[in-house]
Amino acid sequence: MSLWLILVISVTVSAGVWLLLSRDLFRIMMGLAVLSMAVNTLVFYAGRPGSIIAPVIESGHQVLSTDAANPLSQALVLTAIVIGFALLCFSLVLAAMVSYKKQSANLQILQESEPQSAANSKHSKPPIMETE
Amino acid sequence: MAVSSVFLLPLLTAILSALFTQRNRVITLNLISSLALLVLAIDLLMSVSEYGPISIAFGHWPLPFGIEFRVDELSALLAVFIALVSTVVTVFMGHWPSVLETPRYFAFAQLLIASALGVSFAGDLFNVYVWFELMLISVMGMLVLGGRDWHIEAAIKYFVISMLGTLMMLAAIGLIYAVSGHLNFSAIYEASRHPDSASYISLYGGMLLIALLLKIGAFPLFAWLPAAYHALPAPLLALAGGLLTKVSAYILLRISGDVLDLSMYYQALGWLAVVTMISGVLGAAYHWDLRRILAFHIVSQIGFIMLGLALMNSEAMVGTQFFLLHNIAVKTSLFLVAALLWFGTGEYDLRKMGGGLNAYPLLAGLFLLSALSLVGVPPLSGFWGKLVIIQTSLQLEHYVWAGAALLTGLLTLYSMSKIWLEAFWKPRPDSSQSIIPLPWAMQASVLLLSIVILWMGLLPESLLSVLSEHTFKALEASL
Repeated sequence: MSLWLILVISVTVSAGVWLLLSRDLFRIMMGLAVLSMAVNTLVFYAGRPGSIIAPVIESGHQVLSTDAANPLSQALVLTAIVIGFALLCFSLVLAAMVSYKKQSANLQILQESEPQSAANSKHSKPPIMETE
Repeated sequence: MAVSSVFLLPLLTAILSALFTQRNRVITLNLISSLALLVLAIDLLMSVSEYGPISIAFGHWPLPFGIEFRVDELSALLAVFIALVSTVVTVFMGHWPSVLETPRYFAFAQLLIASALGVSFAGDLFNVYVWFELMLISVMGMLVLGGRDWHIEAAIKYFVISMLGTLMMLAAIGLIYAVSGHLNFSAIYEASRHPDSASYISLYGGMLLIALLLKIGAFPLFAWLPAAYHALPAPLLALAGGLLTKVSAYILLRISGDVLDLSMYYQALGWLAVVTMISGVLGAAYHWDLRRILAFHIVSQIGFIMLGLALMNSEAMVGTQFFLLHNIAVKTSLFLVAALLWFGTGEYDLRKMGGGLNAYPLLAGLFLLSALSLVGVPPLSGFWGKLVIIQTSLQLEHYVWAGAALLTGLLTLYSMSKIWLEAFWKPRPDSSQSIIPLPWAMQASVLLLSIVILWMGLLPESLLSVLSEHTFKALEASL
């Protein structure tokens, strides 16, 4: 079980990083999503998975049996999944908006808010974007 | 009770601001709420300094299993400063043209305040992660509300890098949980004293440290900060510039002081601090855009906080906390002065500005006060924090670190005098333009911040004595 999870985590992390290194906006966003899944699996793994005994105290006992499953990591992962999924949707909308307006998803388009390079202007220092 | 009301008030205001459609109602609601927040936060600080730290566990679960909000002197002081910034910025937002067009900005601003308060009260690691995500979401909301191309672009840049940091933070939290079996700060601290797990916890703590360095804008990881901030409307820029990195720096202080023994990284952190200070201030020296200059100064000031931490000394730690609080007030004040300059002249380009001294003498005075305090001129608030940090690094024979800190101060003076000369001293290049009067409420709110800066400078004892009451146990143990 542990070995499988470790394998899954490492493959997912590498896939996420590979996507992140792309110059395509959508691939970057998907890379973040894949990476967040890898991190979720890691958090899940942190709660020593493997036990299938439900974390319920049986009647007559005061404490859990020592080999019961750990419910906390599932709660943590659930929270992280919800936040991550919401952010994924939002980020895809952003990427879609930009690429629709510019008709391209290449990272080159993300230069609107930067000052132009000094070579293109008559001043030695860059002019300023008025963004208010 | 006091803790939850401080925390719930901005959250409730955020929801109501999103629901209300009438602009004037939203403004009134936000003004009342942020003033009430200030009063509540001061009240919380008084009760903490009188009766000691307050701890609440949600649902009254026994600690360390319940989710804990823990408020000590530092968190309460931070809450007061957050509330102060919130009040001042809300006044500005009520007068700002682009904010008034889209009153939803108020909801996101309050959400940011609430999540910043959440970070400062949080007593366990996972809670910190959740509040960081909420801070990210609220800043994203502020960035995209404008709806122009550059807003979306800045949001994408901010999102990708911050998300990477947050994921790294979550992974580190998961690993620390795997080794220690806890998420609660004091429980992790107890677990980290156990020799079996101590080295693993320090190792994963390093991962958490890198994630936090990204969040505070430390040297190789600060590029998102000047690339994203300037797309915000000026009052929200002041809010983000004043709070975001500082709240993250607070968590860095809290975790390295109270939770994990990160002493194996402090040497590296010190050198990173040197590079952060210098590169930030050089970036500021290059630019002519007032907003970018100030954004780069955030980076260089963060370097001081890292340096104070890297010295690993309880005196330096008190100085660093003081410096952190001073920085919130001064940075907000400077961004708001920049906002007022834009309000008067319609420019952020220093080359096109001028004549500020004659047109707005009060504003010039307020700028001078904040700028000199940022530089660290005695007897203003920036002086005391820097004094303690530099003195301690000389005592510990880190001469290069101390030299870099002094050099940064000098370069800060250079770029502040650049703003002074260009925006205030020289005559306006285009002299045909008329002088637009500044609303008194905006000037008065910057004046309020300046009074706080002056008070911190003239009577530093009042704050330092409160701050030195708290001993950082993980730091003390590693000395």
